[in-house]
Order: sequence, then structure tokens, then C-alpha cells
Amino acid sequence: MKDIAEAALNAAQVKGAGYADVRVDERVQQDLVVKNGQLAAVSDDASQGFGVRVLVDGAWGFAGSDRLEKAEVEEVVARAVRIARASARVRSKPVDLGPPVTSRGTYRTPVERDPFTVSLSEKVDVLMRADQAMGSVKDVRTREGSMEFIRQRKLFASTEGAWTEQDLYESGAGIEATATSPDDVQSRSYPNSFGRHQGSGGFEFITALELDKHGERIGEEAVALLTAVQCPSGIKTLILDASQVGLQIHESCGHPTELDRVFGMEAAYAGTSFMTPEKLNHLRYGSPKVTITADALTPTGLGTFGWDDEGIPAQRSHLVKEGLFVGYLTSRETASVLGQQSNGTMRADGWNRIPLIRMTNVSLEPGDTSLEQMIADTKDGVYMETNRSWSIDDRRLNFQFGTQLAYEIVAGKRGRMLKNATYAGITPEFWNSCDAVAGRAEWKVWGLANCGKGQPPQVAHVAHGAAPARFQNVKVGILK
Amino acid sequence: MKSMEAARLTEGAELKRFMDGLLQRSTAEQTEVMVTEWDSALTRFANNGIHQNVAERNAQVRVRVVKDGRTGVASVNQMDERAANDVLRRAIEIAALQPKAEVVPMPGPAPSREADAWSSATADATPEERAEFVATICNRAEKAGLKAFGAFSTSAGQLAIGNSLGVFHQHRGTQATVNSVVMGDAGSGYADRGAIDVAQLNKDELAEEVIEKAKRNQNAQPIEPGVYEVVLEEYAVAEMLEFMSYIGFSALAAQEERSFMRHGERITGDAVSIWDDGLDPSGLPAPFDFEGVPKQRVDLIKNGVASGLVYDMQTATREGRASTGHGLPAPNTDGPFAVNLFMQPGATPKAELASEIKRGIWVTRFWYVRIVQPKASIITGMTREGTFLIEDGRITRPVKDLRFTQSMLEALEGTLAISRGTKLQIGEFIGASRVPALRLKAFTFTS
Repeated sequence: MKDIAEAALNAAQVKGAGYADVRVDERVQQDLVVKNGQLAAVSDDASQGFGVRVLVDGAWGFAGSDRLEKAEVEEVVARAVRIARASARVRSKPVDLGPPVTSRGTYRTPVERDPFTVSLSEKVDVLMRADQAMGSVKDVRTREGSMEFIRQRKLFASTEGAWTEQDLYESGAGIEATATSPDDVQSRSYPNSFGRHQGSGGFEFITALELDKHGERIGEEAVALLTAVQCPSGIKTLILDASQVGLQIHESCGHPTELDRVFGMEAAYAGTSFMTPEKLNHLRYGSPKVTITADALTPTGLGTFGWDDEGIPAQRSHLVKEGLFVGYLTSRETASVLGQQSNGTMRADGWNRIPLIRMTNVSLEPGDTSLEQMIADTKDGVYMETNRSWSIDDRRLNFQFGTQLAYEIVAGKRGRMLKNATYAGITPEFWNSCDAVAGRAEWKVWGLANCGKGQPPQVAHVAHGAAPARFQNVKVGILK
Repeated sequence: MKSMEAARLTEGAELKRFMDGLLQRSTAEQTEVMVTEWDSALTRFANNGIHQNVAERNAQVRVRVVKDGRTGVASVNQMDERAANDVLRRAIEIAALQPKAEVVPMPGPAPSREADAWSSATADATPEERAEFVATICNRAEKAGLKAFGAFSTSAGQLAIGNSLGVFHQHRGTQATVNSVVMGDAGSGYADRGAIDVAQLNKDELAEEVIEKAKRNQNAQPIEPGVYEVVLEEYAVAEMLEFMSYIGFSALAAQEERSFMRHGERITGDAVSIWDDGLDPSGLPAPFDFEGVPKQRVDLIKNGVASGLVYDMQTATREGRASTGHGLPAPNTDGPFAVNLFMQPGATPKAELASEIKRGIWVTRFWYVRIVQPKASIITGMTREGTFLIEDGRITRPVKDLRFTQSMLEALEGTLAISRGTKLQIGEFIGASRVPALRLKAFTFTS
């Protein structure tokens, strides 16, 4: 790794790069799936390579290769420099990275049990026990459980003198039960939906989930949903569980505060943002109950690391403070446009991609009430739990979410189970209607391992700390 | 300098030697080796300038072994002998450590047809050529007082699959894709193109379309949500078809009772025919799937009737029939996938699709589409970069983007006209669709 990095930086300087950085990356990933009582898939994937990013004549070039050889380094650097020169033909302003970054050091994810030393049979056993628990419920049609473990060794070095080495671990798992009828399909999953709940850490993260203790419950809920009442339509008080609040933060605060989106750098793909610079420190984004931070130091968060992929140290900053929009997620290049310094959010999803501004752990700070109290204080409302579908426009204003499970709330009490629940809104109106957030005891960090952005597409692993929260006058239910 | 940019893929005979060696060294009862290799580049632009510009060379060697009723899969992205032996050892170790389970059978040898999907012009495309293409769009946008954004990509790759039953297939292909959003102060337009041969991408035609769309889509005003007659351009139709494929056309979805397909029943309007054909040269041909099974044409919806599903080895074995050649790489729990979709064109020129609409909506493209209810084929999403009001047969003004929540089958039930021409839409991750534009009787916009 070290030889490749040194050779790349030397070659880049010789070939005329004004700035260069290199990432040498080695990643192993193990995935397991148990489906309907059978071990349906086990795979063990390894990838290594290096990527070189150069600035020549004020324009970017990047090239990467899987061939970790000295001769290849020369060729890849030459390719990156040639690409940068081509970029310079069609650029507006030269890139300004702001002050130099000279971080040095090592970081390792705190891990109690290295998941790659845990036997396959122990992992399979955890999934099989959860599968049996789901299978104990008659009429569950399909049962699925999965686990994923990742170890990434990453070296970052730059011509400014930065040199960081990181050893990052992730562990994740989840289960899902599906029930069907001739005209309906209903699923329930735990702890979250769309595969898994994932965090930075070792096998202790899996053990703490206690998958087997939740299998029967989600099986019963999936079956019950088939005959549940359709979620009614109307303007209601809405209470969301913590995981759905996490996704709401992701889509309606995390993405629109990415400063590259704000500057149009994602306009032809992921879109732009309504949170434009003139609104900074002026926009009343949410109610005073709403404080949202980006914190790459949060324990077990998927956005937790030592340094980002530009060598900026992990840090905590505010995006929204007591309802006021006060900050962006930034990179060196974008922060310098606003006269700021990067707050360390640049991450690539592998050696073969450039870093982009990605959420770290973007969290709604805990409030001072509880889910139980919120329900007790609600006359006519709906409680929704676990995401089923999500969609938001390209400026991050108009959203519609659906959840797996919902309950009506009548006169302060949880009533009938509701199915096919959805809610919709406009971002600032929605967050300004937030009148309660549960406290630290119900606050949890939710890992999201499927955040897409960029061309070529990249998938980031990010997290959101969230507790149950309540919103007033929300449009609920659009289906008959 | 030109040679340095030419795609660097392993030569065919050398690749076969590498794979044969791996198969011969395996001690498993059955072994499958899949090699994918690609060299790709992408030039991204924003605010009329290039801001990201990247290239990569990468490979993957994926080994699946079956030993004593147990399956193991491992992969590595290195193509040397040491890495190959290591990945084989890991796959066998994984198989040995697990309980017996349902084994996905490997196919035996079967002839596959050649599919020409290679363009040297694409494989050899240089960063200077990409920059020149991008410069044309940016310069024309700037002259019109607008800003251009987008990405232009050229790539070359190969897929080879061999197994211990004697299967060996190899296929090389190239792709060139460009998409662009052009923005004014109060609105934007969109256009994209895709082809095997980069020379077929006409930068002037693309610039014309996206700039013209952006000019027309300024100062959009809100319109009351509701049920409208619509014209969906090919961009939107292709996205709808991909979602139909994802939730409905797979045999696994049907076996698990999740699919909206009801075999033999009429599920859309009579004019709707949709099929999958991996060998049609007007699509993005690939002659075999990721299990090494030659691709078959499958009629999915014929004259409105649900007529077929796509199968991989696992779903086919469960029903005692042959795979249609739609398998994904092992280990796969998502089932087969139709990735070479076609929709039957009609007789109406695209420009005339709106001519008989009294009041309706013209939709350029969809955005952030998600499934709401799979069995009812209900999806939600937004319109984006070109939503217009149609009045008395004419597009009269732009309207603000709308959210739709709509059953795809119900929308296609009301198919009133289909455009004569079709457009190739290359998927973001895999495959491509060739589709016409549609006039549909009713489409539900919810906000």
C-alpha cells in the first residue's frame, strides 16, 4: 500500500499536478442470506485497488485501477493527468481547495468481536433461530434474514503531506416476514426495512439486535396487516417511530444540505436543493424542537471514521439549530466558495470512485418527551412505523413516504392497526409542524447502507440518530 | 497517446486459459467461474464546465462451487494465479462450513448466438473527445443564456462464464451514454441518449432537444392535482417498464405470490405488447445470462394479456422447466430479471400524440419512482424537467412538477395511442429498454 501511494504522488508531481491525492483501498465483505429455513446465499467478496485524483491547470482528473503494480501506477497517474488537462479545456473557475490539509495518523473502528473471526456456523445459527421464530406464525409466506460484514483498510495520502491509515468495520443484520393473499402483499421487518440495520462495529452489534426475539412478532404483524383497515385519508396528527424519523432526516435534511447539490454539481442526476446559500442563517427550517447535527464521531454510526477522503478530521457541526438553518455538509472545494473550511464529509464508496459530499451521521437531537406521552396527548392521529416506500422531488421539497405498519390514535390511545399508510408534505412546512421529539432513552442510531448519489453511481453508508417525533396537520393516506 | 486510452481488457484466449485452469484445479463436484472486466470513463459537467472527470479499470472473478449439496461463492478483483487459487479455496471453505441446502443447478453446454455489441470507437474514446462533446452542449447553452449539466460516459467490458459441465461463453460490449439537464432562471429541460457506438450520439441533436425543452419549461405555474389524460415521453415509459420488470415479470415474484401478473388474463389495454429479447440488435444485446444460459425471447404481455415470465435456473427447476436465460450472478436471492425490454410501437407520430387531447399533461420524465403496492402495481414518483399542460391538442404552458401515485396496469389499460418511433434507454446499472411514447387516458397526480 505504502509503495503504491508514494509512487503515485511522486508520479503526479513529476507529470505536473498542482495537487494530488491517492487512496489505496482493500475491502472484504461477507454476506449471508437465510430464506425460508435454508441458507440461500453466502458470499465472500474481496476488492483492492488505488485511485489517484489530480488537479492540473485548476481542473480535476481521476483514474483508478485494480492492478497494484508500480508500472500500473505510472499509467494510471498519466491517465488522471491527461483527463485533468481535458477538463481544463471546458472549465469555468479554477478549483480552490482552501488551506492545505496535513492530517496524519491511524484510526480503527472500536470492535469487541471481529466479525471475520466469528464462525460461519454461529452467524447462520443466529439467522436460523430468527427464521424459526418467524416460521412459527401460520400464514407467513416468505421469511428472509440477512447479515453483512465489511472490513476496509484505507490509506489516504496527498502532496500536501497528509497521510492517514484507517481500518473500518461494519456489521449489519435484519429479518423480514411476508404474508400474501390473492390481492395483497404485506411485509414486516426488524430492526429496519430494506435488508438490514447496519453499524460501525463488530459482531457485538449483531448480538445486541436479538433477532430471534422479534421474529414471531413481525410474523404476526405481517399476517394481521392482510386484514387490517386501510389507512384513512385526511389531515391528521402524525407520530413517526424513530427509524422513519431517521429516513425523513435523510431525505429532507441530509441531502438538501449537501453543498455540492446546492452548487448544481448533482443537478443532472440526484438533483439540486431548495436550501440555497441566501437562506443560510435565515430560513426557519423547522420548529424550535428541531436541532439537526452532522457528527462523524457518533458511536456505531455508519458515518463514523477518523478522517474523510480529503484528510479532514471527523467532527460535529450543526445543520439546523432550534429550527434555524445554520450549516451545510461541505468539501474543501465547496466550502472555500463560501469562505469556510470543510467539515469533513467527503467519502468515496471505493478506490475506483472520487469522493463526494456524503452524509456522516446526520441526526435529530433528542427532545424531552416520550412516545407514550405523545400518544397520550393526541386526540386524532396516526402512528406510523418502519419505512416501506420513499420518494422526494429533485429539490427535496415535495415528499411522500409509506410505512409497513400504522395504528390509529383516538383520544390519546392506540386504536386499530392500519395498512398501506402514507404521508406527504413539503419539507419546511413539515418540520415546522414538529411539536414533540422523544428523549434520549428512545433515541437510536439507524444505519442506512443504500444511499445513492453521483455519476458513476456510488452507494454510501450513512446513519441517522433519531427518536420518535410528532407532527401536526399532516396529509395522511392517499390511497382509497 | 490514443493507445493509452483504448480499453484494456484481457484477450479472449488468455481469459479462457485462466478460467479453464481454475476449473481444472477445483476439487468441488461442480464449479462455475464468472469473469467480468471493464474499462470505463465518465466526464461530468455542471454550470457549463467540466467539474468531475474519471476513469477506472476493474475486474471481478466470481467462483461458485457445489460440494456435497453445499454451495459456496467467493469473488476477488485480481486476475492473477495466486488470487484465483485463493478465491477458489475460499469458495470451497465456505461450502464446507455450511449446512446442506437447496442447490441451484448449473446449466450444461448449449449454443448461444453471437451478439454484436462492440464499437472500437467507443472503446477507444479519449478524454479530449468527451470534452469536445461536452463543450458543444455547454457552449450552446451559454449562448442561449442557460446553464448545462450532465454526464458523458464511454465504457467497454466483457463477461465470460464457464463451468465444470462444459459451459463456456464470452461476450464483449461497449456503451456510450450522455444525459443533460439545461437550466434557465426559472426552469429546466432534460435529454439523454445511449448507444453501443459513440459515433451514433449526435451532440447537436441532443443539445437542440435539451435547450429547446429548457426554454419552453420556464416559469411553470401550479396546476390542480387530479386525474389527467397524459402523454408520457419515452424517458418516463422506460422507467415504468423497468419497475414492471422489477416487481412483476420475474418467476420468483410469481412463485412467492408478489407479482401483479395473472397468467392468461388481460391486464392492460389490447395495444400493449411487452417482451424481453437479449438478442435484438436494436437493444443492448447480450447472448447469455449470468448463469451461462443462452437468452430466450420471452413475451411478457401480448396484446394486453399476461403471457410469460422470465426464469433463472432456480425458478425453472422448481417448475420443472428450462431457464429462459435471465439469471443474475450467484449467490442470488432476488430471482431472475428481464433486462432487455421492448414495447411494441404504434402508428402515431410522437408529435401527434397530444393532438386529440382536450386537456391533459405532457410528461418528459419521472423521478424518484418507488413502489407503493406491488401486487396492485402502484408506484409513486415526481415528474421532472418538462411537465406541460395540453389544451385542445396543443402544449400551451409549463406546469410545476407533480407527484403521481398510480397503478401501472390501470394506466396501461387506458392506452389510447402509441408512438410510431421508439427510443433506446440504457439502464443505470444493467440492461436497456426500447420503448415508444404513450398517450394514456387516465393518470393520477396526487400533489
